[in-house]
Amino acid sequence: MADDPILAPPTGGIVIESVPPEVSSLRAFWSAFRENRGALLGLIVVAFIAFLALFAPFVAPHSPIEQFRQHVQQPPIWAGGSWAFPFGTDAVGRDVLSRLIYGARISLGIGLSVMVVSVTLGIVLGLASAFLRGVVESVVMRVMDLVVAIPSLVLAILIVAVLGPSLVNTIIAVTVVYLPRYVRLVRAAAIAELSKEYVVAARVAGVGKLRLMFVTVLPNCLAPLIVQAALGISDAILEAAALGFLGLGAQPPTPEWGAMLADSREFIRSAPWIVTLPGLAILVTVVAINLMGDGLRDALDPKLRRS
Amino acid sequence: MFRFLIRRVALTVPTFVALMFVTFVAVRLVPGDPIEARTGERGIAPERLAQLRHELGLDQPVWQQFLDYAGGLLHGDFGVSIVTKTPVIQEFAILFPATLELSLCALIFAVVFGIPAGVLAAVKRGGAVDHTVMTVALTGYSMPIFWWGLLLIMFMSEYLGLTPVSGRMDLINYYFEPVTGFMLIDSLLSGQEGAFGSAVAHLILPSIVLGTIPLAVIARMTRSSMLEVLGEDYVRTARAKGLSPLRVVGLHALRNALIPVVTVIGLQTGTLLAGAVLTETIFAWPGVGKWLIESISRRDYPALQGGIMLISGIVILVNLIVDLTYVAINPRIRHGG
Amino acid sequence: MNTSPLLSIRNLSVSFNTSRGPFRAVEGVDLDVAPGEVVAIVGESGSGKSVAMLAVMGLLPWTATVTADRMMFDGRDLIGISARERRSIIGRDLAMIFQEPMSSLNPCFTVGFQLREAMAAHLDLSRAQRQARAVELLELVGIPEPERRLKAFPHQLSGGMSQRVMIAMALACNPKLIIADEPTTALDVTIQAQILDLLLKLQRERGLGLVLITHDMGVVAETSQRVCVQYAGQQVEMQETVSLFRDPHHPYTSALLAALPERASGRLLPSIPGVVPGLADRPAGCLFSPRCRFATERCRTVPPPRAGAELGFALCHTPLVAGVPQVLETLA
Repeated sequence: MADDPILAPPTGGIVIESVPPEVSSLRAFWSAFRENRGALLGLIVVAFIAFLALFAPFVAPHSPIEQFRQHVQQPPIWAGGSWAFPFGTDAVGRDVLSRLIYGARISLGIGLSVMVVSVTLGIVLGLASAFLRGVVESVVMRVMDLVVAIPSLVLAILIVAVLGPSLVNTIIAVTVVYLPRYVRLVRAAAIAELSKEYVVAARVAGVGKLRLMFVTVLPNCLAPLIVQAALGISDAILEAAALGFLGLGAQPPTPEWGAMLADSREFIRSAPWIVTLPGLAILVTVVAINLMGDGLRDALDPKLRRS
Repeated sequence: MFRFLIRRVALTVPTFVALMFVTFVAVRLVPGDPIEARTGERGIAPERLAQLRHELGLDQPVWQQFLDYAGGLLHGDFGVSIVTKTPVIQEFAILFPATLELSLCALIFAVVFGIPAGVLAAVKRGGAVDHTVMTVALTGYSMPIFWWGLLLIMFMSEYLGLTPVSGRMDLINYYFEPVTGFMLIDSLLSGQEGAFGSAVAHLILPSIVLGTIPLAVIARMTRSSMLEVLGEDYVRTARAKGLSPLRVVGLHALRNALIPVVTVIGLQTGTLLAGAVLTETIFAWPGVGKWLIESISRRDYPALQGGIMLISGIVILVNLIVDLTYVAINPRIRHGG
Repeated sequence: MNTSPLLSIRNLSVSFNTSRGPFRAVEGVDLDVAPGEVVAIVGESGSGKSVAMLAVMGLLPWTATVTADRMMFDGRDLIGISARERRSIIGRDLAMIFQEPMSSLNPCFTVGFQLREAMAAHLDLSRAQRQARAVELLELVGIPEPERRLKAFPHQLSGGMSQRVMIAMALACNPKLIIADEPTTALDVTIQAQILDLLLKLQRERGLGLVLITHDMGVVAETSQRVCVQYAGQQVEMQETVSLFRDPHHPYTSALLAALPERASGRLLPSIPGVVPGLADRPAGCLFSPRCRFATERCRTVPPPRAGAELGFALCHTPLVAGVPQVLETLA
């Protein structure tokens, strides 16, 4: 601090606790994150997949749903296929590579939507139960208990069964399933913060309830929430793929990775790439996001550091 | 301690009531009429339709249906399957041992490999073993298990021909009446040579698939818990006594490190039952997971309703037991109050 | 004093591998403890006194590197020894008592289990004999109702009680030497004297060697025959207790003694300005020079030599005699 003239305390012996400027805390986070090689690798892979997803129409060699009838079940390039279809074609002659690239759109889309919606709802419900206590808290927390009591996939299946299988309903189902962890986390963090001096000070100063909730307290609960959100994306992708695999997610001919696996079972012997590649895509994406999430946790929250 | 127990048990009651309500409402909302689903689209005589609706109680007001349903539940009546006409609880009782057997084997697999892996990683912290264990754990944790199952089938069954592809038993060569519902026990009781081996062979792949995520979770948890404990003063005391490393790590440290791990193992019940749905579907395993999926496609309301009630009830009960076990294995809480 | 020492250490050094490079926690420590002798090691926190003794016990984490010209215990060399051989010595002939009695007992096992365990590892006793000895040991350390206490879990004991159990555990296999690492620091003031008295009583009765690590000069005066003063990992002085209190030769020892309330003459208690140097701010010359009243330019640049026995092996360019710095005729 002393070598930075702007931050040096004013003369006269009064030391003002100076909040480090935004840039430097971001830089501190980045240097901590960068030290973690796994996290960096995860970030690169995620960025690559996100790039593919964003620019799918330009990157993909073919349309994901166009059926090349004369090229049915063509093997990938390393198994004697042609460069026209580098990862081979599926049972109805669709280009596997193009379907995988478009599938990244769907999987990342689901993961992000679920994350955004459940984080938003989680913040609202969590803060509400932390601040209002009483009936609101009891009802919210009991409902969350209930959601947790039903095995995640079973609940998601039930919701999709009620709403009908579709991409949007998959997002709704997975959001409901993963909501409790955000609500509980926000509530616990907010309750812990509420007992601290600065909140009391803000209250005494007459800060309104809403401002107190979202401006005073919320930023201090963010670190664990960000970590949970990052890891939540990968869980959502896995859950959505499972629904797709059971035929309860995205409907054909949508190139969803889970759904692509669903009808690949009969080709285990004849066309193993149809089975291998979509699953590998899911695995790589999820591993990369988890690596990144672990890195985020280590960098953001030293208390949660694993070792 | 006793008050804690009462409080903990009491907390599950509203959850159960809410569960009844939600399953009831949700199942009513499922699109498609169950009668139509059974009779097909050929149509049906109106008086026959009314009769069927009456039989199923569908002509009653909804609140009456709920009260009947809730009252029935309290008497252990979970409804009657529309498709098979057998009580749901009876179907569940027949299928559940298969799921339980699979889940237990998966859990044993996860614990037997997960805990030593976690301990080893913690003891050899920062070394090659640690990195390997953590990489495998991360992969396992991120694994889409339905794909993992397909891969294993592809490699172990199709390519190497080592394990059977599906089911619980080689039914062509062996047949016997279920006694306990656990194939491992029944095959032994049957006295037929090779039947037990067949049961084991059928269990291997599904157990690995279902146990993969719990294995990863347990290994990670054991490692971090162990790392924390290894730095404790009492571990140093144990070493200062001149005890062998095996005793210091395996007894003094592990006993303490296991306290949070046991909780995590207990919390895997939900994961296991959710995973069972996928695993059973892949391996054509005749358990409750597969049955539940089939109930949806058959629009078998009562089966779906009862099945979800029963599965969730089991999860709630197991979580309760885990909490109580936590108290039992932690002397500080046991005696504290 | 002609008997060969029980513990004999020459030039013991310990360094830790940290992310910022190696850190020397202990440097050039010499120590001899005769059977039945009480030696105190004094120093501020961070002076490496515990680390040196943990090195003797072989209890340091793997990040530590221990070197010594000699480290003998009871005629056995502790440096080249295998882990298995070391385990047959520690806990039996060489026992240690730690600073935090409450956290030093394993919360998951009963007191009796932890007490009998050490016996099972080293002594050839039957189960019943072990139980009988456990009862005997608890009686010895002054715990009432020993049978009942053996069944207790550590969290059910008070701090003083836990430390008594730790002492009983150290005594379980009739050790020849006990290392007590600040055994009373974590306890209530009223209990401190009791535990110290107990330790010394047992030491006298059984003729044990005792190494008492402490930061309390008052404790040193009451208990030990010899004192070893450590500063920032270095041994700065070693003397008989009586003569050390009468005529400290190292300025640090002198300052420590001056800070004793009993010796304070003015209204303000004298203190030593500054703090022990850490990893980053180690001076080039004498480590104590930044805080030393007598420091010269030479002290700040050249590491000090070790004086002879007549000057308490003081690690100083200008050892004190009767409070006056003496300029040594050194080779440098």
